Amino acid sequence: MSVSSATTEVVDPVPGAAAPHLPAQPDLVQLLTPEGERVEHPDYAIDVSAEELRDLYRDLVLVRRWDVEATALQRQGELGIWASLLGQEAAQIGAGRALADGDVAFPTYREHGVAWTRGVDPLHVISLFRGVDNGGWDPVATAFNLYTVVIGAQCLHATGYAMGLQRDGAESAALAFLGDGATSQGEVNEAMIWAASFSAPVVFFCQNNQYAISVPLERQTRVPLYQRAAGFGFPGVRVDGNDVLAVLAVTRAALAAAREGQGPTFIEAFTYRMGAHTTSDDPTRYRLASELEEWKLRDPIARVKAYLSRSGVADAAFFDAVEAEADELAKRIRTGTVEMPDPPGTAMFDQVYAEQTPPLAAQQAEFEAYQASFEGSGH
Amino acid sequence: MAETLTIGKALNLGLRRAMEDDAKVVLMGEDIGRLGGVFRITDGLQKDFGEDRVVDTPLAEAGILGTAVGLAMRGYRPVCEIQFDGFVFPAYNQIVTQVAKIHARSRGRLPMPIVIRIPFGGGIGAVEHHSESPEAYFAHTPGLKVVAVSNPVDAYWGIQQAVAHPDPIVFLEPKRRYWEKAEVDTGATPGPLFASRVVRGGDDVTVLAYGPMVKTALQAAEAAAEEGRSVEVVDLRTISPLDLEPVFDSVRRTGRCVVVHEAPVTLGLGAEIAARVTETCFHSLEAPVLRVGGYDTPYPPSKLEEEYLPDLDRVLDAVDRVMGF
Repeated sequence: MSVSSATTEVVDPVPGAAAPHLPAQPDLVQLLTPEGERVEHPDYAIDVSAEELRDLYRDLVLVRRWDVEATALQRQGELGIWASLLGQEAAQIGAGRALADGDVAFPTYREHGVAWTRGVDPLHVISLFRGVDNGGWDPVATAFNLYTVVIGAQCLHATGYAMGLQRDGAESAALAFLGDGATSQGEVNEAMIWAASFSAPVVFFCQNNQYAISVPLERQTRVPLYQRAAGFGFPGVRVDGNDVLAVLAVTRAALAAAREGQGPTFIEAFTYRMGAHTTSDDPTRYRLASELEEWKLRDPIARVKAYLSRSGVADAAFFDAVEAEADELAKRIRTGTVEMPDPPGTAMFDQVYAEQTPPLAAQQAEFEAYQASFEGSGH
Repeated sequence: MAETLTIGKALNLGLRRAMEDDAKVVLMGEDIGRLGGVFRITDGLQKDFGEDRVVDTPLAEAGILGTAVGLAMRGYRPVCEIQFDGFVFPAYNQIVTQVAKIHARSRGRLPMPIVIRIPFGGGIGAVEHHSESPEAYFAHTPGLKVVAVSNPVDAYWGIQQAVAHPDPIVFLEPKRRYWEKAEVDTGATPGPLFASRVVRGGDDVTVLAYGPMVKTALQAAEAAAEEGRSVEVVDLRTISPLDLEPVFDSVRRTGRCVVVHEAPVTLGLGAEIAARVTETCFHSLEAPVLRVGGYDTPYPPSKLEEEYLPDLDRVLDAVDRVMGF
């Protein structure tokens, strides 16, 4: 392990993967150390105002509170499942805030932080995990596509969308989200081939949170993930995924390059899933508590708070106000979830097709007649 | 304006019309541009419409369908060519988990007007994976529509109707009939896409077929007539949704029904149709509905395909059996 400078902390290699046959792990792009020190990077400068810094902090705190509340709601039986973003807040807020009007995001199923930056109502995400719908937000109006559960499938959608942007002469880009596990999927590799061959304006944003449910990174790759990009013929960069400023700077630069016709970039946001894969998972079966403790020292929110305090950009009143706002958000999420009505049975049928078929219409009529037969019978 | 066209040329002309009618139509596939497709269905289109609208893609079927989804989200109408039936399976994930479901998942906010053209069926002496009939996989998938054309007229109009339709359509082309000719009136008004059609009237037995088997069924009806049997033939044309009202009307008259397809019989379209005909026409039936199809084996090496594929004699044999009840 090498240290690039006195002020830049280099995160360890993949925990538990210190195999001698693996190449040395590269430095991360970092602009804010885990201790909250602002550092410079030769390739990625960022100029953020005091207000922007405070807004980023607010984003981070609010999405964490949303996440904590959703986990609690699942434990209390209000949600079928929840996929926690705990630990990945900076990667998601940084990437989401890098998007401009006209850009479109293609998430996995964990991008609650990105959803937040696109103005998606948390309850429209919650409704998916409660089993009410498959995501209640408008993917066109929010420029935030629906969640995709089949691993990696959205990378091709983002690439195809980017090909459409090209044909329209639009100066916008698509941002495809994926995880470390998804890099093994054939479709993800096909997306990168397409993106490279057509020089499509798409950025692949990989949150390497070190685990695909239980399987560690070294089962997915023998080289640092960002180096894969070279094989496809476009730039790859590794950024400290727990540093919201670095993620913002790197993603902004990649999106700008895409919009200018320079083609795709692969960003590896090096981070850690602090919680379980989902509420159905038990991470104590496959990872050490010491590893978790180590990553707690690199918390994405604590470093921003330290920097804000030390630099005098925010005071106690600001932090108190954000906490109060988070409490209000949690309350709204809780109430909205518990009071969320079940969908009508006909919702199964009415959007299968743009033009419903006669056989399906007949099935729907049978269903409605069958349901109606119970009316007044006490069932 | 009537002209004599092969099925292949009718598809080519139909695609040309569709691209002229709507600038959002984009053709995607392997070898479809400079080469014009291995069956030349897209011959000349890249030259006239450019490389952005007739896209020679990298060689990966999931990539073709996955990027088609993204283009559809951007307002385009992708028409994807799968080179051969047996090569659709790498794209099966995108077709079944994404193309078919996105309209429903998005509550109608993201239409998927994608056409997936597949030359299907056997009889051309090909190596493995070039002769398959995968229609049941797609007909079993809610969210997709599946059509199979049997003649140049339906090829010409059907491809244009499919491209203009708002839902995703698997468009099956009978590859061994690509060179069959018929007169096509390109100035006519076409009938509906999702409708079956009686193509030969008869009184004794109703024979149902689609795609390449329509010709076989008609040949069998001709031969049966020489033996004094009157066979009605219905070209199903649409596999999902099935349009069975004309079939029910026919079976109520004939009392006997045979379904013919190249695909393996077990859980094929014939099974579904037999169930529906039995449910609806139970009191009119003089005999059980019989199925004539491929055997439940992998498609065999080509020296055996004549034994594997339903032909005139196997259809006549089934007609004899339903008449013998």
